[in-house]
This record gives sequence, structure tokens and C-alpha cells, in this order.
Amino acid sequence: MTGTAPSIVHEQHQSASFHLSTLLRLSVCPHNGETSLHGRYHELAPHLVPMDYTNDPDVKIPLALIVNMPELKENPFRNRIVESFSEDGQGNLSFNDFVDMFSVLSEMAPRELKAIYAFKIYDFNVDNYICKEDLEQTLNRLTKEELTPEEVILVCEKAIEEADLDGDSKLSFADFENMISRAPDFLSTFHIRI
Amino acid sequence: MAGRVGFHSDLITDIESPADEEGVHDSFCQLIEEQSHDHHDAIEMTSLELEEESRDDVMHLESPVYLRVDSEEPQHMECLIGGRWSSDTLKVLSSMPSRTIGRSRGAIISQYYNRTLQLRRRRQSRPSIQHFPRSARPSIRGHRVETDADEYEEDDNKRERLVNNLQNLSANDRVRMLRAMPLSLSEKKELRMLVLNKAEHSLSQNQIPCCSQLKYYIIIAVRHGWYGWLSFLSSLQLWQTALKCVGGHFGTGVLSYFLFLRTLLFFNVFLFLVTALFLVVPQAVVAPDPGRNTSVTSLWGLEVLTGAGYFSDSLMYYGYYSHQTLQPKHSCSKSINGTSCGLSYNMPLVYFFTIGAAFFITCIILVYTMSKSFGQSFRIDKSKGLLAIKVFSSWDYKVSKKSSVRLQRANIGTQLKELVAEVNREELKFSVLTRLFRVFIHMLAWLMCLGSTLACVLAVFYFSEHMHKKDVETRTRTSSSDGVMLKEASLLAVPVLVSCINVILPGFFNAVAWMEEYDSPSVLNYVSISRNLLLKVSVLGVLCHHWLGRVASDPEQLGLQCWESFVGQELYRFLLMDFIFMLLDTFFGEFLWRLFSQKALKRKRKPVFDIARNVLELIYGQTLAWLGVLFSPLLPVVQIIKLLFLFYMKKVSLMMNCQASGKPWRASQMTTIFITLLCFPSFLGASVCVTYTMWTMKPSAGCGPFRGLKTMFQAGKLWVQKLAADNPNLSWLASAHSYLVENPLFLFLCAAIFLIVIYFHSQVVDGQRKIIELLQEQIENEGGDKKFLITRLQDIHERKRVVSPRGVRGASEDSSYS
Repeated sequence: MTGTAPSIVHEQHQSASFHLSTLLRLSVCPHNGETSLHGRYHELAPHLVPMDYTNDPDVKIPLALIVNMPELKENPFRNRIVESFSEDGQGNLSFNDFVDMFSVLSEMAPRELKAIYAFKIYDFNVDNYICKEDLEQTLNRLTKEELTPEEVILVCEKAIEEADLDGDSKLSFADFENMISRAPDFLSTFHIRI
Repeated sequence: MAGRVGFHSDLITDIESPADEEGVHDSFCQLIEEQSHDHHDAIEMTSLELEEESRDDVMHLESPVYLRVDSEEPQHMECLIGGRWSSDTLKVLSSMPSRTIGRSRGAIISQYYNRTLQLRRRRQSRPSIQHFPRSARPSIRGHRVETDADEYEEDDNKRERLVNNLQNLSANDRVRMLRAMPLSLSEKKELRMLVLNKAEHSLSQNQIPCCSQLKYYIIIAVRHGWYGWLSFLSSLQLWQTALKCVGGHFGTGVLSYFLFLRTLLFFNVFLFLVTALFLVVPQAVVAPDPGRNTSVTSLWGLEVLTGAGYFSDSLMYYGYYSHQTLQPKHSCSKSINGTSCGLSYNMPLVYFFTIGAAFFITCIILVYTMSKSFGQSFRIDKSKGLLAIKVFSSWDYKVSKKSSVRLQRANIGTQLKELVAEVNREELKFSVLTRLFRVFIHMLAWLMCLGSTLACVLAVFYFSEHMHKKDVETRTRTSSSDGVMLKEASLLAVPVLVSCINVILPGFFNAVAWMEEYDSPSVLNYVSISRNLLLKVSVLGVLCHHWLGRVASDPEQLGLQCWESFVGQELYRFLLMDFIFMLLDTFFGEFLWRLFSQKALKRKRKPVFDIARNVLELIYGQTLAWLGVLFSPLLPVVQIIKLLFLFYMKKVSLMMNCQASGKPWRASQMTTIFITLLCFPSFLGASVCVTYTMWTMKPSAGCGPFRGLKTMFQAGKLWVQKLAADNPNLSWLASAHSYLVENPLFLFLCAAIFLIVIYFHSQVVDGQRKIIELLQEQIENEGGDKKFLITRLQDIHERKRVVSPRGVRGASEDSSYS
């Protein structure tokens, strides 16, 4: 590959701009005078989060504070969303995890990445499959009292029947991704603006 | 493991129809027997056994005692499928490569290692020899059940190889790969740092000559500047908060209307920049043409509405533009051949090329947007899996208002109920009479709609003719000052009529559709869009005929010096009236209707925002703007102002008066349809009209940049001929021009090639559809195979435990598991 030397400088700029652009793209959200993602993170827990991040402090905001964000407050899956992006699985997000979350949920994220995290979100018992119980819980959150229990069971069975390709009566990631690839609306609905 | 690899390939090549199961099972029987005696496998299974022996009793499933394998194969398999797996099997299952995607870091890294390798191969960048992988299928090599130490070692190894691959990719690919990886941000940063460090180490080996180094530094600086500019642009997103607010309250459907409005705004801004830069500014800088007549008899106030009077001789219309080569006065110097100046600006040529280039670039942008949107929303195989898709992709994450969330829940619940009911219900047998009745109702509805469209079109046709004749009459009589105001106001008559039709008739269509009682809301959407589209296309067609056929063909009848300016003014009036009527419609249709329905009719729910109708209004306005650019270069400005007003007005009205719709709205499909409608009837029609004008209509002799020429198109031709005359070397250009551009055969040839390419592509899509079906079948077969293998392994494991647990364990204690 030609031109390795100048590509170093280029790379540094590239990587900086890649990171910067991800952050910048997410950072225009005038909200109570704060105009950056870091600002949003800070205002969730002003006493915990320092304004100065040069030393890369190890600060995590607990789940209960994050799900109070206006974008997430009314979302029935808010707990699962935050848990899937946290490292410990309990929902405590560091700033990096916070940026991760909103960059995956933004409109720039590629479809595959969104599918991976959507699978994690809908997998309630975190066993790497979406089994019938997971599906039942998903349905109950989607439609609180609209469906009768028999209808819920019927929908779960039918959905698994439709999407399960390898016949183990639960959805693995491959099944899920295959089904999502046929849903053109997925990219536009799995999207939170910040 | 040669045996294992062979086993695997047998699986793919030898599998036939499921009816052949017996023969297949027989051949595997032997292999499984062989493997069950394999030392390696025994150790693997016993090591598992050592760890979790006690739990086996609980998870142990009922397995009948087997004397002979072959005869009991099918029952055995069915029996085990229903039961639960033992913990060993579960552990093996959970570490299969397909199960660990997105979950364990090791799997992600090896998956992306694979992908970067494929990408490198595709890009044909030669990897260095020492980094060439030994096997392309890590799934064969790496995924045994590992102890912790092994995993760590493998992990590091894999990661190092991934870093090597990333380093050898091009910068763009690398960024895209990194972005797509489902790792956390800190891990991605680490990977990137490793890549950079590696690159630094290999720097000293490659020395580059100094001159090209400078060039590369310049390129890098430019690229950096470009990325910085892009970041800045994307951070400047217009109306970000407003769109978020609308999305949060009303969901993706209504949001798509506002996004479409923003797209149209950008198109108009582009048009404005092009015309302003090349046409308006040069003409404004130069002093106006001395040879024009300036007859301004008008009334203030009405001018903004009619666009005539004071405006008629301004930069706004075609007539103002000079037909000569513009030269700034102070830099001219007289020479022997006549005045020749440093800067000369051939206005007719620039006018022609600017309009042509603007349309061409708009066409390219439109087609690109349309194809991208189409690619995202078109799915070849749509019929299966509707319920699962609905469960997983129908929740709109953008919605953040409590009442909208409640509504969305109700909405999704209803849709799911309907789908489930469809599954359960036996086919409703409509009696023949009911079916005939429904068909009759549909035909009646279509007849009514088409009839009303025809009636309105004829009304516009005859009314415009009547106004035209009246205009002709009044011009033959001497003009008196009393009639001026009436005359000016009468210019507004036809626009008002057309706008009235545009407002009233869609409401009529809605009422007819309500009477028809469509079952599915998407069919209803399509039907209403097509009816509205038909109306607007026919009205625009009649108007074009009126302008080009009546006004342009015989301008002296109306006493017009400049028919192009007149047509430009007409278009301005239409655009303005459209805007005014939209304002009135929003006020009466939404605000007053809400008051009426809440107070008088005592309904709880507010009216619903009609997306399809509003989008078609936008498309109609944009068609008018495109038609008018040739005759009035500043028309995009009017359109921009109109769109800006419309955005805020619609948003305010939406918040106050409307509520989220209870019907499902497929946002991505609808967006594709709107862009397609913008491209095909709207832009295509406008460009056909403009091309026809440029090609065949005779420009007026008294005004405008093309006066004196036979057609506007001749400006280009004359320039080419002049070039050829001045410069004998370029005579080929003139002959090429006459053969290619003017010869219709060339155009037919182009169109034929275009159609052939389209046909080939459609055949490719068909082929891909077939491949998808085959692959689907293959996946299902692989699933069946997997199930079979698991049951057999389970079976062997069970038998081993039953037969001789002591002996096997003893053997394993001596040997070490590598």
C-alpha cells in the first residue's frame, strides 16, 4: 500500500474525526442551555459527574437516574435498553457507554449494529436467545392490556414459528437478524433523536 | 481434524430430500461410532462430565434402552427433540459460533477478522506474507470448549490478526468496519490505537521521495478540512429540535412530512444559488438594457399578489435579461475590431446552460435519493413473517409523550389482534351478491371521482379560454384607468379557481373513500394518493396547454411584448394563490374544525393530520416552481419563503389542533413513494415542458436573452458554430454537435440502451430472488442437520454414562486435555 508515511498523520486525523464526528453528530441538542452530549450526561447527576473529563474518571451513573431522561422516560423498554449498553449488565453507564447507546440509536448506525443491540434488548433473561418467555414479556410491554392472555400466547407461538429457521423453537441471533432484514421500517423506528 | 472436516463437507454435498433420511442416517451411524471411540472426543466429553456431573441427574432425560441403533432411529430422534438437553449439551450449544455473535468478545473479533479478510481480498490489497492466515474458517479451528487460559491466548492472537487486517485496509473501509463493530467505545479506541501504533512502526521501512510527500500532506490537509466541514454541516441540522418535538408527539409518519418539506427546501436553495450566482448577480451588476420599454402603470398593493406592474420589468422575470454579451463598462477598451473587453459574459448562452445544468443536477440528485430510499424499503420476499416483524419493529422509539405512547400501544395492539384474527378465522365466504355489490360500489366511487376530475379540468379549460378572450377584447379597446384594477384582479381569477379545486376536491375524494369502506388502510392510502395525483396532473396539463398552446403561440393577440414574462407572472400568481389557500385550509380545516368537532359535535378526539394530501400539495407547489424557473429565475426564492412559512405554520397547527393517527403508517415505504412521485410525474413533467419550450417555441422578439433567435436552443448551436468559425481546430465540435444533439436517431439509441440496461437489472433481481429462496431452504436444512447431530451426540453421551461411567473417567484422569 503506497504512502504509509503520510497516512499516519492522516490516520490520526481520521480517527480523531471519526470519534469527533460521532460525538459531534450527537452533540447538538440545545436543552436547558447545555449543548453537548457530555452536558446531557452531566445534568443527569451533577454531583457525580465532573465537568472535566481529561483524566478519564471512572464514573458511572445508575440505572434509576438514566431512565429519567425525557427521551427514555415513557419507553416501555427503557430498563432493558440501558442494561444492554452497560458493561456490568445492571444498567450503570459510564460516559463511553452513554455515547455508545446514543450512537447506536442514532440514524447513522448501520443496520447490523442496530440488530445486535435490538436482540440484546429483547432478550430479557440474557441467555442469548429470544425464547417464548422473552417474547411474552416483550408483548406485554408493547400492548399493556390490549391483548388477552390467550392471544398473547398465540402471537408468541406464531411469531416464533415464522422466524425460527433452525427449528429449536426459540430465536437465535441469526434468526432475528434474518427476520429484521425483511422489515424496512426497523431502521426508522429503532431510532432515538437526541 | 480431517475426519471432522470431511464430515462437514459430506453434510453439505450429500444431503437430499428429507425422504432420504434412512440412507443418510445409515452413513452417519458409522462415522459416529468411529468418533465415539476417538480419544479426543472421549476426553472432551469426560472433561465436561467431570465439571458438571452432579447436575446431570437433574437434567437427565428419559431415554429408552437401546439394543440396536438402526431400527429405532426415527423414534429416537423425535423423542429427544421434545425433551430437554443435558447441561453438557447446553454448554456446547451455547458456545457454537452462531450463538456467540454479539455476545462474547472473542466471537466478535474473530467474526470481524473474517470480514476484514474478505474485504481485503475484495479490494485486492496484498497482505504481507507473514500475516496471511493459515485457515479461512476460524469456526473449524478455534471454537472448541476452552479453559480460561486458552481463551485468553486465543483472544490475543485473534485480536492481533484483526489489527493487522485493519491496518492493511484503506482508511474509509477501516472507519466503516470500526463503526460497525458491536464493541464498546473503549475497546474500539484500543483497537484504533493498536492500528496506529503498528502503522508507526512500519513507517521507518518505507521512505517516500520528498516531492510526493508534500503532495500527500496537502491531500491530507484538504481531507481533514473536508471532514471538519462535514462534521460542522451535520451538526447544523436545520430544525433539529422542532423535528424532535414533532416526532415525539406524533411518531414517524407525520415526521416524514416535515422531513420531505426540508428536502424540498434544500432543492430550492440549490436552484436559487445556481440562478442567483450565474444569472441574477451578473445582470444586476450591469446597467439595464437601454432599448427596453418601461411602461409601468399599476397599483401598489395588488402587485405582490399579481407579480405584475412594478415587478414585471425587474430581475424577477425573463424579460429583463439582456441578449447581448455583457461587458462591464470600465474595463472596456476600443480596439480595431470593435469593443473588446477583458471580461465578457455571454448572457444567452449562460442562461441556456444554467437552466439546463440546474435541471440536470436536480435530476441526478433526485434519482440518487430515490434509488437509495427504494433500496432501503424494498424487500423482495415480503409475504412471510409479518407477525414477527410487527412485534419487533413496530414500536417507534422516538415517541416520548405519554399520551402518544398510550396511543401507540393501542395501535399496535389492534394491529396484532387483526393479524391473529386473520390467522384464526376461516375464510369469510362472501356471497356472490355481496361481492358484486362491493365491486359495484367501488366502480361507482371511481366513476364519481373521475367524473368530478374531468368536470373540474373542463371548467379550468373553458374558464381560462373565456378569460383569455376577455383579455383580448379589453386590449383591443382603449385602456382606461378605471378598468385597471379590475383588469389586474381578473388576472387572479384562474389561479383562485385552480386553488379552490385543489382544496375542495380532495375532501370530496375522502368522503367517497369513506363511503367505500376499505378494509385495509394501506389500500386506502394508495387509492387516495392516486386519485389526488390524477387530479393534479390533469389540472397542470391543461394549464400548460393554455400557456404554451394559446399564449405563447400567438402573443400579439394579447398585445404582449414578452410572453415569457407573462407566463412567469402567471406561475408566480399560481404559486402565491396556492400558498394563500393552504393557509386558509389550515386555519379552517384544522383549527376551526377542531373547535367545531369538540364543541358542537362533542367529540373527544381531535382531527388527524392527513399526510398524503399535504405531501401532494407540496409536490404540486414544487412542480410549479420547476416549471417557472425558466421564465422567472427568482421564483425559487418565492418557493423558499413559502416553504419556511409553511413549516412553522403546519407545526403550530399540528401541535394545537391534531392528534396522532390511530392508523398504521408505513413510513419508509411512504417516503419512497413520495420521492418517486416527486421524481416521476412532477420533475419529469416539468422538465419535459421546459425542454419542449426550449426546443420548439419561438422566443419573443422584443425582450429576453433569446430575442432574435428561432428557438432558445439555437443559442448553444450558434455559439458552437461561432467557436468553430473562430477556431478552425474546433470544427469537429460543430459537426459533432449537429450529428449528435440535433439528430433524433442518437436520442432513440440512447433511450434503447437505457431500456436494455433496465431489463438486464430486472432479470438480475429475479435471479437474486431465486437465490434467496434456495438459501432459505439451505438454512432450514442445516437447522435440521444440527438438530440431528445434537440428538445423536446427546444419545451417545447418555449411553456412555449408562454403560460405563467408571471406566471412562479412570482413563481421562491420566491423560491431559490439551
